[in-house]
Amino acid sequence: MAKVIDLDDVAVQEAEARSRYRWRVKVCSSTACDASGAGPARRAVEHSVEEQGLEHDVQVVPTGCMGLCSAGPLVRAEPRGGQATMFQQVDPQVGADIVERHVVGREDLSQHQLDENLPFFTRQERVVLSNAGRIDPERIEDYVAEDGYRALVTALRMRPRGLIETIEASGLRGRGGAGYPTAKKWAMLHDAESDQKYVVANGDEGDPGAFMDRAVMEDDPHRVLEGVALAAYATGASKAFLYVRAEYPRAIKRLEQAIRTAKRQRLLGKNILESDFSLDVEIRTGAGAFVCGEETALLASIEGQRGQPRMRPPYPTERGLYGKPTMINNVETLANLPDIIRRGPEWFRGMGTRVSPGTKVFALAGSLQHSGLIEVPMGLTLGEIIEEIGGGCPNGRTFKAAQTGGPSGGCVPASFRDLPVDFESLRQAGSIMGSGGLIAMDDSVSMPEVARFYMDFSQDESCGKCAPCRVGTLEMHRLLERICAGAGTERDLALLEQLTRTVRETSLCGLGQSAPNPVASTLEHFRDEYTALLRNEPVGVAHG
Amino acid sequence: MAATATDSRAQQDAHPSGDERFALLDKALKRARFEQDQLVELLHTAQEVFGYLSNDVLIYLARQLRLPPSRVLGVASFYHLFTFEAPGDHICTVCLGTACYVKGAEEVVEGTAQALGVPAGQTSDDGRLTLWTARCVGSCGLAPVVVFDGTVLGKQTTDELVTHIREVFAAEDAAAEEEEAG
Repeated sequence: MAKVIDLDDVAVQEAEARSRYRWRVKVCSSTACDASGAGPARRAVEHSVEEQGLEHDVQVVPTGCMGLCSAGPLVRAEPRGGQATMFQQVDPQVGADIVERHVVGREDLSQHQLDENLPFFTRQERVVLSNAGRIDPERIEDYVAEDGYRALVTALRMRPRGLIETIEASGLRGRGGAGYPTAKKWAMLHDAESDQKYVVANGDEGDPGAFMDRAVMEDDPHRVLEGVALAAYATGASKAFLYVRAEYPRAIKRLEQAIRTAKRQRLLGKNILESDFSLDVEIRTGAGAFVCGEETALLASIEGQRGQPRMRPPYPTERGLYGKPTMINNVETLANLPDIIRRGPEWFRGMGTRVSPGTKVFALAGSLQHSGLIEVPMGLTLGEIIEEIGGGCPNGRTFKAAQTGGPSGGCVPASFRDLPVDFESLRQAGSIMGSGGLIAMDDSVSMPEVARFYMDFSQDESCGKCAPCRVGTLEMHRLLERICAGAGTERDLALLEQLTRTVRETSLCGLGQSAPNPVASTLEHFRDEYTALLRNEPVGVAHG
Repeated sequence: MAATATDSRAQQDAHPSGDERFALLDKALKRARFEQDQLVELLHTAQEVFGYLSNDVLIYLARQLRLPPSRVLGVASFYHLFTFEAPGDHICTVCLGTACYVKGAEEVVEGTAQALGVPAGQTSDDGRLTLWTARCVGSCGLAPVVVFDGTVLGKQTTDELVTHIREVFAAEDAAAEEEEAG
């Protein structure tokens, strides 16, 4: 049997190895920066290090997402014991300059230097993303050096019930959208009696405009695995599935590799860390069906069937995968666990608001100066996120509305800039937290057109099982098309409003129940745009 | 757990068609222990190996997993990522996620379709290019995003994309000519 990993030993060795280098140059190698040319930039940095004969002085580290994707490729040069400098839009020439002029010559490269005192960086509080952009995700040693797997060691010395109590005390709520208390779900699976229980990590991030879970899975895969192991131990599950969307091949590759490594080190598999606890982890790939984010549909998909939801109750914690008790947790929820166990529930409660403690990761995109991935304490206001962190709209445009929660969410108008962003406040404003997509829209955007865009998505993604969703979303889309084309009537608008209620109240699952949200919220906050269209007056200026 | 076919059908002789790609599928089947609940994973493998899911392949999977063909087609047709027609030599997927949409991705699709004469969702008559759209590829910071032959291209305009595709085609043509000449 493989030898159990000695976490202290690995951490000490890793620290020693790092301290041998005078510089560590981290190159963001996430999907977004790769698309902006991070690959050639990294090769230029490596080549330059070699050319200067600095292999023993400068370590080049490929990392995950540093956050500010719109300024990529990003590079961070960290001198031993000194102040790090971040660089943006690093092409091969700049990459070579970073080594030759900045590292060796101690010159400023002002043009490409990125001020880390930007609110984009300073207003963030990174827990889930604390390692993203800082460690090499393909090395378990990097994760261990950041206190990785320590929470698992602590947890295995606790009773499962005690672990659930810790999570309850932290007030952690599910990050997948609805904000259900995590400890409650855990307790249900814990109390379920069965010879086999399952834990499922939901990484089927289907909302268009969301890539939070992708970053966690790609940039810190061991954090996800540690979270899964903690959840399984607390609930008595011996098998876990990671359900990852097929559109994220890199996340799948990284997780597969991480599972293999963790097994070898006895952090997963049989008798984890020589305890009685065993956990088998398997990856299942989605195939492009938004409805599979719904938990019963997701389970059907894991079983190799059409991803169609079924009535609840019975809830999956009673009857889930293969008829056995099953608990589904979102990837971001799981990624919060190691820090909560290690640093304590009081620490976690110190962030965010009373009812929504902790942080939330957002994929910030749309009409903004700075877009990318951010993690902020819950309860930061919409204005702080859009205007300070995102830097407001570019090209002199005015911020008009923020879309949260994707096709299940809504549009919150700019007048709500003081709205604290947490589960309850967003719901009161007619939207939902969702999984964390946050898209800023400026005055060039027509809101009925946004509603039409989402309804097109929902009618396409409706699984067809229940009539209100299958037919209702289709009809709503048809009405929106007519209204947006300037051919709508008062009657169309009335019918649209009526359908909004019918589809919401009578659909079988969350997809149908929430599909009318974009329409309802734009009708509530931007009704004048709908009525303008009825009068055939223009609304917004498309993509000005 | 799902039923497992215990006999070792995969170890029998090669597929009667003589198509070696079936051997790759057989390997995946064996790895999946012929479990019926691995159907979606196996469909992924089949599409990766063959490029698309033909009736032959679907029936083959149905036989191997002891599932009715209707169930296999039912599952395959449920998911957007599975395709039943052979795509072109190059695949260009324009993301129509929200962030890309807000930044004008729809115009990129329409413009590219028009410039290259390939309607969205279809393959050009010469079988060279397939133009697809996607719901979100998760690179929203770089909107609008296009995935061309597996490579993510950020901040694309119609002109940039069309130029890129034409350059790829021109390079191919030049290479083909050279081969002919040499």
